[in-house]
Amino acid sequence: MTVRIVVVSHSQKIADGAVELAAQMAPDVMMVPAGGTSDGRIGTSLEKVMSALELAAGGEGVVVLTDLGSAVMTAEAALEFAEGPGAVLLADAPIVEGLVAAAVAAQGGASVHAVKRAAEATHGYPASRPKDEEHVSSAAHVAAGSGARSGGTTRAGGQQPGLPAVPDATGDFELVNLAGMHARPAAKIAGGLAALDAEVTVNGVDGASMTGLMTLGAGKGSVLHVEASGPDAERAVAYVAGLVQEGFGEP
Amino acid sequence: MGLDVNWAVKWLTLSAQAMAEHRVWLIELDRAIGDSDHGENMDRGFQAVLDKLAENPPETPGAALKLTAMALMSKVGGAAGPLYGTAFLRAGTALGDAAYIDAAGLAAALGAARDGIVARGKAESGDKTMVDAWTPAVEAAAAAAADGDTLAVLIAAAEAAEAGAVATEPLVARKGRASYLGERSAGHRDPGAASSALILRAAAGAAA
Repeated sequence: MTVRIVVVSHSQKIADGAVELAAQMAPDVMMVPAGGTSDGRIGTSLEKVMSALELAAGGEGVVVLTDLGSAVMTAEAALEFAEGPGAVLLADAPIVEGLVAAAVAAQGGASVHAVKRAAEATHGYPASRPKDEEHVSSAAHVAAGSGARSGGTTRAGGQQPGLPAVPDATGDFELVNLAGMHARPAAKIAGGLAALDAEVTVNGVDGASMTGLMTLGAGKGSVLHVEASGPDAERAVAYVAGLVQEGFGEP
Repeated sequence: MGLDVNWAVKWLTLSAQAMAEHRVWLIELDRAIGDSDHGENMDRGFQAVLDKLAENPPETPGAALKLTAMALMSKVGGAAGPLYGTAFLRAGTALGDAAYIDAAGLAAALGAARDGIVARGKAESGDKTMVDAWTPAVEAAAAAAADGDTLAVLIAAAEAAEAGAVATEPLVARKGRASYLGERSAGHRDPGAASSALILRAAAGAAA
């Protein structure tokens, strides 16, 4: 039994397609599309959303993803109508990236709050900057280019003034699968990390952000430098280690 | 004596007539600053309300308004669906199971409707939205309710809503699709404020 997901879009094709895409990475998660109006036009339908919520009830909670403004309003109204539908959370996230990240988190057994966080961690990427870039670039002119990419085995703290404190756990892991860091591995890493109580960066980007991880463009043979802080820091590093070392289950 | 379920059904019937009559006008208002579907959406939505009322004749005003909420949210499609749906739902909830509505209850229900629109759409006064019709209507209704005359409350609300809708014309939109137009949204009446005024005028017409 996992958390279930409802996808509300103005377009039936978008809702169905997003679910189809995410289902590839999360085959055991129930995802219910609620796209378009009940007579097949562009728009959102309270009836459709409410029946999707009913269908999704009875699991470990429901996370709802929405696209444009009135889809958010329809989803909120559906919750108001349903009167106490149990653990139903609206995630403020891009519908495709958010759904994939949420689905992978749910597949991994994350709680309803963790699934919502996994979806929301995809928000705004790549517009927001990698987590520690601000610190690095403000500390004099550290080596040209992206100071966020802390190379190889050096630990971040202690060497440069202005850098964040030493992380609680770190690790370096070489990608062994042929395709490297593409969508599915990024979703697995982000989904799992979002469920943990730890701040994690991978080569300087937010480890809980699927899109962030994908922007690393890390191919086979690249080394992922993981830094984690917080109560689950050790588990976070071990989680990434396990996935990378088994090649994400890929050749 | 107050307003009963027959008033509510007549209100909704007159609203549906108003949406059908002003369909093209609302489409034209919406074409100027939105996506030109407001007239069509509202007409379709209120026709669905009439169907629901015929299928399940409500026994109280509150029940009539809740049924309206469900029909609008399911059939309107655009942003107006959840906004009007929430308005009618909150108003219906405020009325409860009462068979008759007095002036104070009426003013409170209108206030609940407006609060629902604000909560759902997050718009404030002056954003060039339906809130600019509803807020003056609610204030006028509350002032008129002191005399205890429901018709006077509804007439005050309708007049204030109409004035509020006209007053959206010079505004620059800050919410909804019109906000993408920025300064170019000025000079046009907000379609949602316009349809709100029609609905509140129908409420007064039903009580006359």
